[in-house]
Amino acid sequence: MSTFWSIWVIVLTLANLALVIWVLFANRKVAVDDQQEPGNQTTGHVYDGIEEYDNPLPRWWFLMFVGTLVFSALYLVVYPGMGNFKGVSGWTSVGELENSQEKALERFDETFGKYAEMPIEQIADNREALKMGARIFANNCAVCHGADGGGNYGFPNLTDEAWLYGGTPEKILETLYKGRQGMMPPQGPIIGEEGVKNVTEYVLSMNGLEHNAEMAAAGKQVFGTVCMACHGMDGKGNQALGAPNLTDNIWLYGSSREQIQHTVRGGRSNQMPAQKDKLREDKIRLVAAYVYSLSRQQEAAQ
Amino acid sequence: MTTSVVRTGPVPAYDYKIVRQFTIMSVVWGIVGMGVGVLIAAQLAWPALNDLFQPFTHFGRLRPLHTNAVIFAFGGSVLFATSYYVVQRTCQTPLWGGWLVPFTFWGWQVVIVGAAITLPMGLTSAKEYAELQWPLDILIALIWVAYALVFFGTIAKRRTSHIYVANWFFGAYIITIAVLHIINNLAIPYAPFMAYSMFSGTTDAMIQWWYGHNAVGFFLTAAFLGIMYYFVPKQAGRPVYSYQLSIVHFWALISIYVWAGGHHLHYSALPDWTQSLAMIMSVILLAPSWGGMINGIMTLSGAWHKLRTDPTLRFLVVSLSFYGMSTFEGPMMSIKTVNALSHNTDWTVGHVHSGALGWVAMISIGALYHLVPVLFGRKQMYSVKLINAHFWLATVGTVLYIAAMWVNGITQGLMWRAFNADGTLTYSFVESVIASYPGYVVRFIGGGFFLLGMLLMAYNVFRTVTDKENAAREDNIVPHAQTA
Repeated sequence: MSTFWSIWVIVLTLANLALVIWVLFANRKVAVDDQQEPGNQTTGHVYDGIEEYDNPLPRWWFLMFVGTLVFSALYLVVYPGMGNFKGVSGWTSVGELENSQEKALERFDETFGKYAEMPIEQIADNREALKMGARIFANNCAVCHGADGGGNYGFPNLTDEAWLYGGTPEKILETLYKGRQGMMPPQGPIIGEEGVKNVTEYVLSMNGLEHNAEMAAAGKQVFGTVCMACHGMDGKGNQALGAPNLTDNIWLYGSSREQIQHTVRGGRSNQMPAQKDKLREDKIRLVAAYVYSLSRQQEAAQ
Repeated sequence: MTTSVVRTGPVPAYDYKIVRQFTIMSVVWGIVGMGVGVLIAAQLAWPALNDLFQPFTHFGRLRPLHTNAVIFAFGGSVLFATSYYVVQRTCQTPLWGGWLVPFTFWGWQVVIVGAAITLPMGLTSAKEYAELQWPLDILIALIWVAYALVFFGTIAKRRTSHIYVANWFFGAYIITIAVLHIINNLAIPYAPFMAYSMFSGTTDAMIQWWYGHNAVGFFLTAAFLGIMYYFVPKQAGRPVYSYQLSIVHFWALISIYVWAGGHHLHYSALPDWTQSLAMIMSVILLAPSWGGMINGIMTLSGAWHKLRTDPTLRFLVVSLSFYGMSTFEGPMMSIKTVNALSHNTDWTVGHVHSGALGWVAMISIGALYHLVPVLFGRKQMYSVKLINAHFWLATVGTVLYIAAMWVNGITQGLMWRAFNADGTLTYSFVESVIASYPGYVVRFIGGGFFLLGMLLMAYNVFRTVTDKENAAREDNIVPHAQTA
């Protein structure tokens, strides 16, 4: 703020407060004391039948007013408020933030620090660490993947054994750090509407779902020339590309005929945002261990 | 004890047509605005109600419709009606302005209908309480200039020597709202209902909340104090408590209020000095705000017994209690450490409604019950029992609403700031939403009570206006206590 605007602020503030104080003190006493002239209790004005008493300001109200003015004057001395004057305390909101961040970092180095080096498998065996991981998950991941990690339409289930990019600790960490870009290119323009319908029947057949055998046979031909590049000849997918397994009857965008046709025809595009700059490194490891443990629970249950 | 019923001699033929028009539309728009409010309250408890008629019934589109309808359609109509009525009677002269007078009525109705069409269509400037797009903004500015000409023109040709305190407040509100509305809505249009604000970033936010807070300060506080200063002494039949107090609290209120808007932007990118100034000015506002409450309630001294028999007076007095409560709450919430808990929670919503339902709507309702018999030449309202029922519905509804929002707001604030020893947040956001559900249901019930009261009022007003038996009065004297 330039000196001109600083002075502008200070002058306007003080002038307004001075006027308020003047009005307050100038009207403190009534013009005519009722004790001396008991008959004269009103101002003498009459408006549409309404008169006005000339009672003095209530004392408690007057003192309250003065109290808030004194508080404000002191506040403006201690804290920033008068233009460029910083206040005698030197307080700033940025300073307060940095101060509490510093303290928090110290504390978190104690609680999280020890997990920075610990292998994910070992963290996943630590009850305390998993509880922290679960809370970080609830506040950062549950919005898309669900409070239980069970996924949602378009958001993968993290509790089953099916992995788009791999379920090893290393792969989970990679997904968390860098995020993922899922991209199924639209096939409608390439294989035509008939191709879309046939391939869909073939995909249904690979999952043991109700399908038209004749169309599926035709679809298999198309699959072998186009889709296999990513999903593999057997349709079991390719985790290096993030191409889903099309034979396990697990669906990100639904298993109905229409939904599969839609996917084949128009493609799909999806994104898992990178957490590298959002979460601390040790927090990412805790989440990774929690996600790793989710799928292992499923295995253990089986 | 002095008597306040002073005969004022022969009175001129006042222009009541415009007052009647705005009075009836106050009731109509009140029901519409509060009805939308009850609907969006239900949507927050049962989100499936968003899908009634998508995308027009989405909460994001109906919420500005609710706020605009209750503040500017209902509140605005009440203010036009009462200020036109009060300025004539306290200046003892009919309105000045010729065709400007009906222009303010019909223009205002066009703005309201325009808002009811454009807001559900999603046409918005995205400025809270100033969502309307530029063509409607220009129309509002023209109406407001006409309003100012009529009001101050009438003051100029008054037959009394002094200007009554109610008119100070009405005058301050008319001038300040013109300045706020025009500056905040400065924008470059690029399509019939699209424009870019002239301001950007933090400056835009500060201008917006300078406007937003003073829409509360001048539209919903100063102007309604104008209503209070006429209708409370009139209905109670008592002189105003203290002329000195009205001078001090008027000047302090209108000069300090314009500084306080920054407290809506605590802990934001707004510079520290601006936040501090907004906070201390808000704290100083406590006494000037309470000055109005004291002057209203103390006017009742010597007339407390009238509260037993006169539900209209009860509306006026209870509104002052809610006014005192919310003007204590406001300065408290503007203190930064309190704001750190309350900001963005339902506490803010509760605070607004303790002012909007408890103060603004209740004093409006009291004034309307006073006005209707006078304007339509009736002895009294068709049913005093219905006024009484309305009073209890409104009071219980308001209390339910604000209590639910206090509980929700403090719960949310505490849940959001709770940390575990390991530095993680104790609760995810959705847990605070689940914890708010009971409060949302209670709020819906409270709002429903309030709306039901308005429907009783509409029936009562309709019967009063159409009832020919309720003999007309000729003498232009306003009734005092109405007895059951």
